Amino acid sequence: MHVPDGFLNLPTSAATAVVAAAGVGLAVRGARRELDERTAPLAGLTAAFIFAAQMLNFPVAAGTSGHLLGGALAAILVGPWTATLCVTVVLIVQAFLFADGGITALGTNITLMALVGVWVGWAVFRLAMKVLPKKLATVPIAGAVGGFVSVPVAALTFAGLFAFGGTVPIPAGTVALAMGGIHILIGIGEAFITAAVLAAVLAVRPDLVYGARGIAKPVDLTIKEGVPA
Amino acid sequence: MALVGFVCCVVATPAHLLWPYLGQVAVLAVVVAIAGLSPLRLMRGLAIELPFVAFALAMPFLATGPTTSVAGVAVSIAGLWGAATLLAKSTVSVFAALILASTTRPHEFVAGLQRLHLPGTLTEILGFMVRYLDVIRGQWRQMTIARASRGFRARDPRSWRSLSGAVGSGFIRAYERGERVHLAMLSRGYAGALPEAVQTAPPATARQWLAAAVVPTAALGITVVAWWSA
Repeated sequence: MHVPDGFLNLPTSAATAVVAAAGVGLAVRGARRELDERTAPLAGLTAAFIFAAQMLNFPVAAGTSGHLLGGALAAILVGPWTATLCVTVVLIVQAFLFADGGITALGTNITLMALVGVWVGWAVFRLAMKVLPKKLATVPIAGAVGGFVSVPVAALTFAGLFAFGGTVPIPAGTVALAMGGIHILIGIGEAFITAAVLAAVLAVRPDLVYGARGIAKPVDLTIKEGVPA
Repeated sequence: MALVGFVCCVVATPAHLLWPYLGQVAVLAVVVAIAGLSPLRLMRGLAIELPFVAFALAMPFLATGPTTSVAGVAVSIAGLWGAATLLAKSTVSVFAALILASTTRPHEFVAGLQRLHLPGTLTEILGFMVRYLDVIRGQWRQMTIARASRGFRARDPRSWRSLSGAVGSGFIRAYERGERVHLAMLSRGYAGALPEAVQTAPPATARQWLAAAVVPTAALGITVVAWWSA
């Protein structure tokens, strides 16, 4: 769910836009380190993937459904710098070409989802990887923790912004409680999906998962004898 | 880029007045008429706002401050005004963005951002995303049809495992396509920068700037008048 126009006042929107511009500027440099000259095609395709993945609905119950936010997932799959750029590009396209999320709120949305969502997810993932045993099987679990934490943290950041620059006087506690409560539930779904997607990718191409570098061994092509067709 | 200016004016419009929004809608309606767009399609696009309409409807009951009663229920005045202006502002903005989306082809939009000096890497990523979005979406649709033909129906959280598997293979397909695209680019002599990024499009003429400025100026005029009379 994106923040639309007119939700936060102009000074707050401008401030978050500055934060977003600085963060994206850093990410442009960082992504060059992660992907060198392959940045443009690979990040572009990953952005298209995130966009498409967000259109896939996961049914919850009785007709309601939610979709993946994917900040933590993207960070673990392609690295946090590239993920920041991908999510930013997705948000720009959604705001301008699909009218999803306000134009003046673009800075806010980028700050919340591309910076807070991705980097909190990544930091928690790294932390969990340090604590848990270094095995390939722990990557989805750490990813689930990262996905779970990133969603409510982004929501609470929004609640904080709303307390500063909201256009309507709703007590900050109410906003934080409502946003935090709903997003803990969303975070549980996000955690499960993040883990399952990571497990699926690790099963086929473990070398693609950025967060598993140094753990995953390259899979050699083998011809197995006597396998039933 | 007129869109950004227009939306800023809309957001800056004072609360507690409703007529300026009608004026802004009128300005947009003129644009729609000139561009020959179908109003019905635009209305369907407005559906994207729906979650926030729900939030706006809840606002009067959540906000603090002096209360009034509507149909016997005590609601906050500030919340009521907030809900009304939020609805008006976001509706007008979404409307404006939809007009841009339906009059501008995606590659023109990318070129426009490039002319506004967005970082090169970002416009390149944007360009690739816009170019391959339909391919990737087609692939998703194909996978959805394949799942359906195997008798899969997404009804409750038990289906998440299969859906997540699909997302995983979707990622692998997208990433591997990226690898192939990169190899194809290398074989055509790609050396780290896109040719489109090197030769910038001709800068906009004064006449184009003037034409682009008409709509934001009209919106600015309405906003200024509204502040002055408030």
